[in-house]
Amino acid sequence: MTEEEIRKNIFTTTVDAVYNWGRKSSVWPVMFGLACCAIEMIGAATARYDFSRFGMEIMRASPRQADLMIVAGTVVHKMAPQVLRIYEQMPEPKYVLAMGACATSGGPFPSYAVLQGVDEIIPVDVYVPGCPPRPEALMQGFMTLHDDIMGQSIEKVSWYQKEDAAV
Amino acid sequence: MLKTESITLNLGPQHPSTHGVFRIKVELDGEAVRDLEPVMGYLHRGIEKISEDRTYVQVVPLTDRLDYICAMTNNQAYAMAVEKMAGIKVPERAEYIRVIMAEFTRIINHLLAVGFLWNELGAYFTPLLYCYRERERILDLFEKTCGSRLTCNYIRPGGVSLDLPEGFIPEAKKLTSHLKTFTDELNTMLTKNEIFISRTVDVGILPADLAINSSITGPMLRASGVPYDIRKVDNYSIYDRFDFDVPTCDHGDVWDRYYQHILEIYQSIRILEQALDTIPDGKVMGRRASRSLRRPPKDEAYGRIESPKGELGFYVVGDGSKNPYRLRIRPPSMINLSALKEMCEGQKIQDLIVILGSVNIVLGEVDR
Repeated sequence: MTEEEIRKNIFTTTVDAVYNWGRKSSVWPVMFGLACCAIEMIGAATARYDFSRFGMEIMRASPRQADLMIVAGTVVHKMAPQVLRIYEQMPEPKYVLAMGACATSGGPFPSYAVLQGVDEIIPVDVYVPGCPPRPEALMQGFMTLHDDIMGQSIEKVSWYQKEDAAV
Repeated sequence: MLKTESITLNLGPQHPSTHGVFRIKVELDGEAVRDLEPVMGYLHRGIEKISEDRTYVQVVPLTDRLDYICAMTNNQAYAMAVEKMAGIKVPERAEYIRVIMAEFTRIINHLLAVGFLWNELGAYFTPLLYCYRERERILDLFEKTCGSRLTCNYIRPGGVSLDLPEGFIPEAKKLTSHLKTFTDELNTMLTKNEIFISRTVDVGILPADLAINSSITGPMLRASGVPYDIRKVDNYSIYDRFDFDVPTCDHGDVWDRYYQHILEIYQSIRILEQALDTIPDGKVMGRRASRSLRRPPKDEAYGRIESPKGELGFYVVGDGSKNPYRLRIRPPSMINLSALKEMCEGQKIQDLIVILGSVNIVLGEVDR
């Protein structure tokens, strides 16, 4: 190999950047719609908005194959244990995006039946406001999540630590 | 003799084909469904109870979130109930706008019903993509009119909240003729598909007498051969001015329920063409509407419309205060589910998903 070819084909980077670039470019959401927001989530997946541009089109029906849980809709008390169970079935690394007012804070339903925000039961990484958020807003949420993923360090993330050293 | 045990299978609430968070407990004998029990309430948000703390106009946005595919028709049914109770008159232009919006909503709903049914049949996402493409075009018009895509909050007691924007009518006319072409395309592409026919014909038959006894309404009832359409029966709003038919199918199986939706899209397009041609000028909100809602009478009323899924009714009880004393919703989705067990008994487990898809439920409305 000549020096010219080496110059063209080799570049230096960090492990974190490559690893995170790979991860953020194939975040698979779990196929899980709760209410109105699910319709806009499907809308974001279809032709006009098409979030497969970000490597996210493969919605997995099984949480065991998914990286991202989009909580799209109202979580009511009867559904809360199931939401928690789906979250716990997802393998690490996993992220949660609370889509819409209901998942963020209960939204327009201050009632006896509705959980006032999904962050009461599971940790949320990104909140997307709106009732329901437009598909563009959901994509903005995805971009924010991508930035979050890019900011993580492989050395410090909790899922590579021994249990007692978890961050 | 071989003795076999039946299996109890739990379907949902997180399942890609239950249209949301619907759960069914199915008892299986091999592959055949022996018994099933629907479990609801995974999206019960207490809308009826919250409404009691809201003024009459503040309830309108809550109705958007009942059947979240057809927000406009929900608004209309509620507005009609309140108008009947408070004796509010609706201007003529507003009635026309309501009809236009309701028929566009019906087209959206029917397109999605067809798309999701095909999803359930394993045509993963392809027909749905086309249906969603057309839906986006209609939503553009909605957005132009009221600023919102999904939860419109547009039809209010007394009329509609805003007049149509400039250029709405020509655009809507163009879209209507485009939708006709698209429905033709959809019809040629899907209806006679051999795999589709073998999966749906004679599956999940709903006889007319059972449909009537279970008080099933809407496209499901008409697919069983009963020509019952509240637009014709009640002649509410201004539907008596338009020339349209009530199409029916005769067998009541899944294929008929699918085809019923296609036929009804054509009728909606007919109504839209007439309404867009004859819409008059004028006000869009009744003059005394807000005043009569500040001091509403102590009265009760039931307003019903032919929503895309069936008879949607609101029963409003007023006690003279600004808030409704009680609001009761008659959801077509939930009542259309009542014959699910009879339709599925003896069918295969894979047909259960298809039958549920052909019922076309929206969980926001089922659980309220």
